[in-house]
Amino acid sequence: MNEEFHENSEPELSADEEALLNEMPALADVGLTRRRFLKQTLAGSLGLFALDLLAHEQALAALSPSPGAVFADKTAENLVKLALKVNGVTKRLEVDSRVVLLDALRERLGLTGSKKGCDQGQCGACTVLVNGRRVLSCLTLAATCEGKDVTTIEGLAKGDQLHPMQAAFIKYDGFQCGYCTPGQICSAVALLEEARRGDVSHVTEDVSATTTQLTNEQISERMSGNICRCGAYPGIVAAIQEVHSGKKTAQTWGFVDDQQLARVRKEDGNAAV
Amino acid sequence: MARYIGKEMSRVDGVAKVTGKAKYAAEFAVPNVAYGFIVNGSIAKGAITAIDTQEAERVAGVIRVFTHLNTPKLGPKPASNEQAPPRGAQEEEDKSFRALQSERIFFNAQPIALVIAETYEAARFAARLVKVTYSPEPHVTDTETVREGARQPKQGPPPKPRGNPEEAMRNAPVKIEAEYRIPIEHHNPMEPHGAIALWQDEKLTIFDKTQGVYSLREHLASTFGVPPENVSVVSPFVGGAFGSSLRPNYYPALTAMAARELKRPVKVVYTRTQMYTGHGYRPYTIQKIALGAEQSGKLSAMIHEAVHNTSATEEFNDNTTNFTRQVYACPNLFAPTRITNTDLSTPVWMRAPGAVSGMFALECAMDELAYELNIDPLELRLINYADVDPESGKPWSSKALRECYRLGAEKFGWKDRKMEPRSMRDGRFLVGWGTATGVWGAFQRPASATITLRANGTANVASATSDIGPGTYTMMAMIAAEYLGVKLEQVNCELGDTKFPRAPSQGGSQTTSSVGSAVYGCALAIGAKLLELANQDAKSPLKDTAADDIEMLDGRLQRKSDTSRFVRIADVMKRHRLAEMTETHESKPSPERQKYALLAHGAQFVEVKVDPDLGTVHVTRVNELTACGKIINPKASHSQEIGGVVWGIGMALQEATEIDHRYGRIMNPNLQHYHVPVNADIHAIETSFVEEDDKIVNPLGVKGMGELGMVGIPAAIANAVFHATGKRVRELPITPDKLL
Amino acid sequence: MRPFKYTRATEPNGAAAAVGANPQAKFLAGGTNILDLMKEDVERPNELVDLTRLKLAEIKEAGGGVSIGALATNTDTANHPLIRQNYPLLTQAIVAGASGQLRNMATNGGNLLQRTRCQYFYDTAMPCNKREPGSGCGALEGLNRMHAILGWSDKCVATYPGDMANALLALDAVVRIKGADGVERTIPLSEFHRLPGDTPQQDTNLQHGELILAIELPKSNFAKNSYYLKVRDRASYAFALVAVAAAVELEAGAIKQARVVLGSVAHKPWRSQEAEAALAGKPASAESFGRAAEAAIADAKPLAHNAYKVELAKRAIVRALMRASKLA
Repeated sequence: MNEEFHENSEPELSADEEALLNEMPALADVGLTRRRFLKQTLAGSLGLFALDLLAHEQALAALSPSPGAVFADKTAENLVKLALKVNGVTKRLEVDSRVVLLDALRERLGLTGSKKGCDQGQCGACTVLVNGRRVLSCLTLAATCEGKDVTTIEGLAKGDQLHPMQAAFIKYDGFQCGYCTPGQICSAVALLEEARRGDVSHVTEDVSATTTQLTNEQISERMSGNICRCGAYPGIVAAIQEVHSGKKTAQTWGFVDDQQLARVRKEDGNAAV
Repeated sequence: MARYIGKEMSRVDGVAKVTGKAKYAAEFAVPNVAYGFIVNGSIAKGAITAIDTQEAERVAGVIRVFTHLNTPKLGPKPASNEQAPPRGAQEEEDKSFRALQSERIFFNAQPIALVIAETYEAARFAARLVKVTYSPEPHVTDTETVREGARQPKQGPPPKPRGNPEEAMRNAPVKIEAEYRIPIEHHNPMEPHGAIALWQDEKLTIFDKTQGVYSLREHLASTFGVPPENVSVVSPFVGGAFGSSLRPNYYPALTAMAARELKRPVKVVYTRTQMYTGHGYRPYTIQKIALGAEQSGKLSAMIHEAVHNTSATEEFNDNTTNFTRQVYACPNLFAPTRITNTDLSTPVWMRAPGAVSGMFALECAMDELAYELNIDPLELRLINYADVDPESGKPWSSKALRECYRLGAEKFGWKDRKMEPRSMRDGRFLVGWGTATGVWGAFQRPASATITLRANGTANVASATSDIGPGTYTMMAMIAAEYLGVKLEQVNCELGDTKFPRAPSQGGSQTTSSVGSAVYGCALAIGAKLLELANQDAKSPLKDTAADDIEMLDGRLQRKSDTSRFVRIADVMKRHRLAEMTETHESKPSPERQKYALLAHGAQFVEVKVDPDLGTVHVTRVNELTACGKIINPKASHSQEIGGVVWGIGMALQEATEIDHRYGRIMNPNLQHYHVPVNADIHAIETSFVEEDDKIVNPLGVKGMGELGMVGIPAAIANAVFHATGKRVRELPITPDKLL
Repeated sequence: MRPFKYTRATEPNGAAAAVGANPQAKFLAGGTNILDLMKEDVERPNELVDLTRLKLAEIKEAGGGVSIGALATNTDTANHPLIRQNYPLLTQAIVAGASGQLRNMATNGGNLLQRTRCQYFYDTAMPCNKREPGSGCGALEGLNRMHAILGWSDKCVATYPGDMANALLALDAVVRIKGADGVERTIPLSEFHRLPGDTPQQDTNLQHGELILAIELPKSNFAKNSYYLKVRDRASYAFALVAVAAAVELEAGAIKQARVVLGSVAHKPWRSQEAEAALAGKPASAESFGRAAEAAIADAKPLAHNAYKVELAKRAIVRALMRASKLA
């Protein structure tokens, strides 16, 4: 996926943010251009959140078992030894045969970015890439991943540099609560590759013809395995379309201005109430 | 000039969310955590006569199996049929269902045991091995069969008729009467409810998915008989909730109980199926509406009677007909909501509670009346426009609904609508255009926040409220940045933790108005403090400056009316040897609000295309016109509106919780059979904000948006389907089988 | 999920033998259905034999038709040039099902073996003769909006939920199988799935331990005129209310031969030879299609909540044939 990284894959600025940059007084105390400063600090908000969250875990990390804590024998049957690559790093695990990849990631490897939404293949929140293809980690036995290459949401950014799809999701507000977002983004990244291969979908008119350019309708259909209960679908499609084709989606909201208001009030014969 | 307020800002927590770094309740790494798995019952009513846990306990890794036989009593008292009614989200007395307290079964899939094991896999497996025998009793889960026994909820006075609705109805030259049905619906946030609890001595820390850390704290304190300050609730990110985490659910207490008994951290997460009986739902609602009108279209009588179910153990009132009293000017009205008991778990608020159900029926009925009168449906709404609150006679603090109607019609192209059903086509599709009104309260509750401003120009904002998705982190940071005059990137915002000042639960579209006002108040307090400090210097250029004539901007405290008179904030703090200043502020609704009626309004226009042969409906175009005061962040607000539309589409066309009443059991408790909209269901959605300048509602002039955008959508869709097909479907959801 | 032994198969004979030797063993391929059912405690194998390392994923020309490996994924099958060019009906059916992620995981063999989505089958607290023979059918007098209108018995009214098999049946597919004893045999797809009768616990005519090696399609004359129609409650990622795999071979505007297979109306993909007979030799027209549709559902017996399927199936057949014939 390295080819997807461009120089400017930080979150793109909205028109208002651009305007703000120009209004801002010189940032004398920061030896950077304003643009870079703002972009870095947008990404920097990660740092703040991560710190707040880490503080909780660090406070607990040293916690030793309480006196009298009850433990059970951990004798497990059906252990499977496996080695797999997760985000480029080889991980060796010994797991109960019943452990699915999703639980291995979240409970064993501390990678909680992949989400459990339904645990039965009905929502897409657990989507990860296995050998480059999007799959549901809740219905993938960890044991079957021996020797495979797993990419999770944690593996998409390159250091502080967001994957273009991550940046586009921020730009188009392709999420609200954020819980389905890692699955959406993993799915979207794989979808780009499927499009490049010329894969067809349910809304492909003629499946014998090959096209690599996706309409918004195509993107919607191909993303329908990722449920977003907040309903951020239009932003998700816009984000994917821009990364896929470079095509920007026009803003679909607006403020009604005073002129428009004055006009309808006049036509209506009613003053504002 | 506003630097941030009203500007399109990306979410400050965006990077955390797109990189998977944002942590939700069940994701915190806690050493030595044990895993719990809930066992659910299989009868709707009766008693457990025997429960055998031996086989489950023999499973390797199982630590303990809790049942009603070995679970300590959880206060304040067990559920019973004689209970005081809820009194609204905040003041409600906590009579919530607590698990494993007796052999009694009140609803199907009630929790009957909790298996704790060293691994999730062992707990889940052992849970299947718990054997139960019951003595079942006859149950009722079908609201239709107990409709006649519906009663007035204990909450509030009985609804008083306005004027003489019955007589006016008899005399009305034009009338319609119809009955509408809404099935049980479930919130289905993407994040399943879950908690990790640990005790250190008598102090409980719980990571939980909750919309209100303080209300959960009080629930747990009373459950365990410990002082509230001994309970820390941490909930920095919530993966959607929509009302399902407002009232105390049974699992946090259960999790904390197990952690206390076993003296080690315990994690319990609902399965998707357990969510269907574990956090409430939108109740089954039957509504009968009669509308009487003059030939001119003027409403002369409205009778809107709703009945919905509650549980046998707790009273829940969805207030279905609440807004009917305020939407249209009509002198004669009766609009009661009654409730009736079923042997199901207790319903709860679900996005746009009451309002979306009531307005579905009312706004469909208005459409039916429009056809009866042969008056354009939008025109009928304008004819009955309420210029003052018809209920109280008070003026509106602001109401730009007329503008929403007019501009919405213009943007949508409503003038090209042909009145006759089945008269518009696009190829083989029938095209239908429908409209409806949206309405929601402009609520504000007491709320506190704290701001720390540092001499280096950075600031920290904190409040206990949650951010379940609307963008509260971003909005609070924007408000702080705006009024501290600092840059957004210099503000860190922390939410969702009882270590922060008290704030209401996030629900009812009141967070920005309530907590935003507190953040604003903190910033003003810091300005006032700085002014006082600055003026301790005899040469201060701000001498004799009124407190309301100062502002902070880019490190200066300056006079608004003459910005050449200023002091540098860093200098003032340095002079007083302050590295930082902290102010906590509690904002309260102003008494001015009492003199006005306060509502947010919207108008919604919908286009559907219906395949006449197959009955499939596509919502191809939606225009949302929104009048809800000042918009803080249009980017986030637009997302709220989109979310409302998507929810409206789900409610109108797809969502229904199905119960096999023979067993009183929910039969589609999952996302394969309970349909919510997927990406391919969603097409063009446009939002236009008609801002209102409203100084009455709160100092920021904001009203809430989370519910408003959904309220009119199901009715608008049903009306559009009627326009397309000539079929009036009064029972949701409008699935293909109903249009054949 | 009950404890189970995980075995990674390295070659087909060993896989079939391993499962054949253990009555409680099951094959594991894509896992999209069996793992779900194991979590629900509906499937309770004590051993899973992982097939995913077997070399059975090839899609190749064979005997004028095509042979599709049992372990080829749905995605790879739908997108294979041979399938897209010669069997577009199959491509359409596959991509009408599930989601991109699931199709990347699901294999063709597993797809044929997917089990019903009947809610009573999934809920172990409910009666279900398929899950627990003799316990009764919860759906017969319960919630049955999604259930069968054709071929059901009072023991079971569940439907086969898949899409791919409907197209395969229309395309005269044959399933190649290896037995636990290593012997190969073939079953025409029309004899692969069963009606419930008195033994609804048996979805197919496969014997325990029999391993699907490939699905073979004969040369098809339907590539130009076929259409897969799926009617569902939402636009995507949902099981069908009714699905139709329709194919016609046209000669001078007349129908030389036709295939009409209905999905989600019976315990198996439902091929209507009555409809096909009604179409043979007739002009491709709405009238002919309407008569064929009537013939297809003449024997339908709806349940309390699915009478709509009778009308919907009729209309869906007409629409699918119209699309196949490029008349709509």
